[in-house]
Amino acid sequence: MMRFLIFRASEALLILFVMSFLIYGLMGLMPGDPIDLMITSDPKLTPADAKRLKALYGLDQPILERYFSWLTAALEGDLGYSRVHSKPVLEILIPHLGNTLLLLGISLIISLFIAIPLGIYAALNPYSRCDYAVNLFCFAGISIPPFWLALLLILVFSVTFGWLPAGGMETVGKYSLLDRTQYLILPVVTLTIHSVGGFTRFMRASMLMTLRQDYIRTARAKGLSETHVVIGHALRNALTPLVTVVALSFGGMFSGALITETMFGWRGMGKTIFDAIMGNDFNLALIGLLLATAFTLLGNFLADICYAWLDPRINITERHAE
Amino acid sequence: MRLLPILLAAIFLVLPIKARAIPNELVIGISQFPSNFNPLINSMLAKSYLLGIARRPITVFDQDWNLICLLCKSLPDLANGTAVFETTANGKPGIAITYELLEEAKWGDGMPITTKDVLFTWEVGRHKLSGVGDTETFRRITKIDVHNDKKFTLHLNKRTCDFAGINSFELLPAHIDRENFKKPRQYRNRSAYERDTTNPGLWFGPYRIAKVVSGAHVVFERNPYWWGKRPQFSRIVVKTISNTAAMIANLLSGEIDYIAGELGLSIDQAMAFEERAADQFNFKYKPGLIYEHIDVNLDLPALKDLRVRRALIHAIDREAISKILFGGHQPVAHGQTNPLDSVYYQKIPKFDYNPNEAKALLQDAGWRQNSPRDIRQNANGVPLSFVFMTTAGNKPRELIQQVLQSQWRKIGIDVRIRNEPPRVFFGETVTKRKFRGLAMYAWLSAPRNIPRSTLHSEMIPSQGNGWSGQNYTGYSNPRLDKVLDAVEVVCESKANTALWNELQTIYSSELPVLPLYFRATPFVLPKWLKGIRPTGHQYPTTLWIEEWFAKGRTSQ
Repeated sequence: MMRFLIFRASEALLILFVMSFLIYGLMGLMPGDPIDLMITSDPKLTPADAKRLKALYGLDQPILERYFSWLTAALEGDLGYSRVHSKPVLEILIPHLGNTLLLLGISLIISLFIAIPLGIYAALNPYSRCDYAVNLFCFAGISIPPFWLALLLILVFSVTFGWLPAGGMETVGKYSLLDRTQYLILPVVTLTIHSVGGFTRFMRASMLMTLRQDYIRTARAKGLSETHVVIGHALRNALTPLVTVVALSFGGMFSGALITETMFGWRGMGKTIFDAIMGNDFNLALIGLLLATAFTLLGNFLADICYAWLDPRINITERHAE
Repeated sequence: MRLLPILLAAIFLVLPIKARAIPNELVIGISQFPSNFNPLINSMLAKSYLLGIARRPITVFDQDWNLICLLCKSLPDLANGTAVFETTANGKPGIAITYELLEEAKWGDGMPITTKDVLFTWEVGRHKLSGVGDTETFRRITKIDVHNDKKFTLHLNKRTCDFAGINSFELLPAHIDRENFKKPRQYRNRSAYERDTTNPGLWFGPYRIAKVVSGAHVVFERNPYWWGKRPQFSRIVVKTISNTAAMIANLLSGEIDYIAGELGLSIDQAMAFEERAADQFNFKYKPGLIYEHIDVNLDLPALKDLRVRRALIHAIDREAISKILFGGHQPVAHGQTNPLDSVYYQKIPKFDYNPNEAKALLQDAGWRQNSPRDIRQNANGVPLSFVFMTTAGNKPRELIQQVLQSQWRKIGIDVRIRNEPPRVFFGETVTKRKFRGLAMYAWLSAPRNIPRSTLHSEMIPSQGNGWSGQNYTGYSNPRLDKVLDAVEVVCESKANTALWNELQTIYSSELPVLPLYFRATPFVLPKWLKGIRPTGHQYPTTLWIEEWFAKGRTSQ
């Protein structure tokens, strides 16, 4: 197990190193540096000001040189300041990461709680009215654009009924768990409706295939109850593809929540990374994207563990001991 | 499954319907959160808007576009000796200007605002490593004479006609930030404005910042040391909602009271909203100094010909476009100077919609058309064709673009639309003069702004000068260069007016750019909110927030 952990940790570090280089390089290729953009919005800035500011922010150096000085500082534990916010990057990212994890975590849990039973139910009754209804619900969830859904929910629950706040994270001057919960409901519902469809479809397909396996037929022939067959024998195997999908969507969820975060004014990672990239805030964008990469790797690592738990034939330690 | 609706109903019953925390507060919605709070580091509209609530510049343009004192007793004047011409150490004409800060002016912690703060601000502003963006104001000051705690004289190394305004000289509190400036290179990250934003000693407006939730909202509370009129609202909350549809939904649901014109809806969004909510809100459209225009790349032989440029402007019906697309709220521009500006010249050449005149001009320039449906060609068979670019995703601009394309097609000019994301458009295409024809965007300027950076031949960006300067059309006119140099320093009223008139006449007749509109900013106000006077320039309405009041507001 230790060898497996060491292997995965080194693999993750290598990926993060390569990603940091790629992200830095790609951002450097983007047209216009922040000072160029500053000039177009502030006619009072003189060419001399632009030259001075470029030197001050190190933007007059070649991209490779800038990257290596960033890397050296990062390895010494200094992740740098956000150019735009004038604050250490972690001071900005950590609260936003917490907000995103709260939003996505709750949404993911609810999505799985809905998708797994719904997928099983649809698979057990294929091509029935219920199956068609579930499919309709799934395709609607997948197809509805999140910004439109968010707007619809705001119009119904905030504007028409006034039951829930239209956006933000808390009522100014009134901080309580109940208050925070109110603000969470609409963004969570938006994200859940959007993700539950895909998960349900995967669960249904996977369960349908599993139920056609010989060992399921054998279990039924042995006279086991249908509940026992489905929960005890089929479910674990059917969960394997879903685990892969959930793990892969881990990193994507950071960017996927961008629209929801924008619509509801939720201060999360998606919006922060987007703004940092658009504002050429190298340090902030880089660390934000590396965090997203790290979470994708973590998701895949957890998925590997889950595979071994779900299917004892998969032995993760042996695979890397070979 | 039957439990689900019951459960949902229970959740909504338990949740209290939102209520306003403080009845006497005003919640403003804006679309952008400022990147930082230091008044000297970077310039952005969101920051100006928020700082207007909690600070005051020494001098500023008011709602009628007149220069006024907000923190000083009176503007320097040659007539009363508070402005005196002098010669600089290197023998050039300079000027000494004297200001006196308001006696009662205090920082939000009760410390008086003094000349110590003036000296500290100058020290920060001119330091190369402090990170201050616009250092022009500070670099021009060669010396400051301090007469007492409130009175000081600035010695400027250049004698310009706008000497009385020191709008960019935004005071910093020496008693708080001097310690943070010990290492100038780190100042931009270590300033109290970033590390201790709610320190009352940083602010001196009617309100001071009480809470900042980065990216979300800023809470302002009344400043007990404010010396002016007591503001009516006990608390101001400025919320950031970057999506405009969500902003409207927030307004309708009562989450925010007011959408700021400076950073709120675009004109098309406001007009669409007005159609269904005119009975609930007041809509004010204020045309101002955002000048929408089309840059013409004068490197192209066809566009270098003045007759072609005049034909282009004669062929477009800007009045009709303004009426149909913008409800007549955006006045047509005939030059870069706004008619509300005191230096505006009434008699500038104006090119009205006249397609026949446009056709004649093109014919005269050698661009012939075999039949009315053909694209015009010159004697060498080269078609009269341009690429027309703007910022992709900007709906009003894209609408205008389509109308202009069809109007130009009617006189035989082929225009191909190719838009780019703002990042590419401004970061590369415009700034490096890569547009092959026409580029539509806007300039924001101040009243009485001399367009030197956009029109002087020294300001044409090129590889050689590191792409500095903003004369993206590549316009070069020795006479205009002279006028631009002179209008800055020839201050005698009559002569200065003559220069302004000549500048505008050359601009409007030579058409280095095609003027379109002065953009209007829409303010969406609740019926009960009074006292807001849109300015139309870059100084926000919040600089007069103490004048805002509620009348006939019902509790929510």
